[in-house]
Amino acid sequence: MEEKFARPEIRKPENIVYKRTDLLVDRPLSYCPGCGHGVVHRLLMEVIEEKDIVSKTIGISPVGCSVLAYDFLDVDMQGAAHGRAPALATAITRLWPDRYVFTYQGDGDLAAIGTAETIHACNRGENFTIIFINNGIYGMTGGQMAPTTLPGMRSSTSPYGRDVDIMGHPLKITELVANLPGTYYVTRQSVQTPGAVRKTKKALRKAFDNQDLNKGVSLVEVVSNCNSGWKMTPVQSNIWMEENMFPYYPLGDIKVEGTLVEK
Amino acid sequence: MAKMIGDIVIDIERCKGCEVCIAACPFEVIAMSEDVNSKGYRFATKVNDKCTGCTNCAIVCPDGVITVYRVKVAAE
Ligand SMILES: Cc1ncc(C[n+]2csc(CCOP(=O)(O)OP(=O)(O)O)c2C)c(N)n1
Ligand code: SF4
Ligand code: SF4
Ligand code: SF4
Ligand SMILES: [Mg+2]
Repeated sequence: MEEKFARPEIRKPENIVYKRTDLLVDRPLSYCPGCGHGVVHRLLMEVIEEKDIVSKTIGISPVGCSVLAYDFLDVDMQGAAHGRAPALATAITRLWPDRYVFTYQGDGDLAAIGTAETIHACNRGENFTIIFINNGIYGMTGGQMAPTTLPGMRSSTSPYGRDVDIMGHPLKITELVANLPGTYYVTRQSVQTPGAVRKTKKALRKAFDNQDLNKGVSLVEVVSNCNSGWKMTPVQSNIWMEENMFPYYPLGDIKVEGTLVEK
Repeated sequence: MAKMIGDIVIDIERCKGCEVCIAACPFEVIAMSEDVNSKGYRFATKVNDKCTGCTNCAIVCPDGVITVYRVKVAAE
């Protein structure tokens, strides 16, 4: 196809300032258009590439839309049963203490069926990184209510909106684990704008750097859209996320170097 | 003062037409195509020559389909 505004004179390898990392397998991602999972996958692989730890990294994929993360992330991966990624990561870090270990989990995985594994790994202070994608819903299975679903938010199992009197309150599991002694770094980020993407990448880098110190769990929550489950276009869903998710799940560091950040 | 000139190359077969890159570009360089790719998605295309190579579009793209080039030139 002819490109009207191409500048062939500068399309040379030495002028590349950004390209998709080769640590993302060269195949289309299985995510819906505009889904934040893809951005986080890419940032994670960029951090592993820049830290030059490819052969020393082991990831655990969850159950959820990112169940196939092992098909996309070109590092050693294990698949865990739903919610059990922190238990598997515990075993791996203890068997191979010199490895960089991360779990990649959705909110249904980490904050519903896997609550016990999450809390106990965070309380024991295991030396791994948890990457937590909070889209306030069970994306993969058709948009059911999750523990993280906002008050009033519609889902396929709360079609009139989450009524906290009947369905309980959304769980801020990130704040909860920040209060446990075994977490060293806890932060909440997002990936819907260039600035937010850059901050999330820094947070992921810090989490992996922390593993060199062996001081406990680093947890990076990324508040992300599930535009299919929320039944919005990707761009609308990012605006809705900023207006509705961020007030309930405020962005920023919650715990740094083992100390809660004062708000 | 030096000036940045950039260019982007979009892997249109891998683009899913989510439009997230459009909002990220400070110079309205990107718009959606009229045509669709083999998956049936409209795809991102360059619609002016104001690109500075800032990389904003590429880093927000969930599918990582944008490659960015940049050179520094003396402003005339
Ligand atoms: C033991 C077990 N229970 C339930 C399921 C069904 N199931 C698959 S994915 C999922 C929830 C996924 O939601 P989340 O972790 O938020 O991931 P997302 O798809 O939103 O990224 C559930 C309940 C399962 N696969 N295994
Ligand atoms: S269902 Fe939601 S979380 Fe899953 S890929 Fe689609 S947008 Fe992403
Ligand atoms: S690199 Fe920057 S200026 Fe160029 S198209 Fe992308 S966002 Fe726009
Ligand atoms: S962000 Fe990426 S996938 Fe979405 S429209 Fe732009 S180039 Fe295509
Ligand atoms: Mg989810």
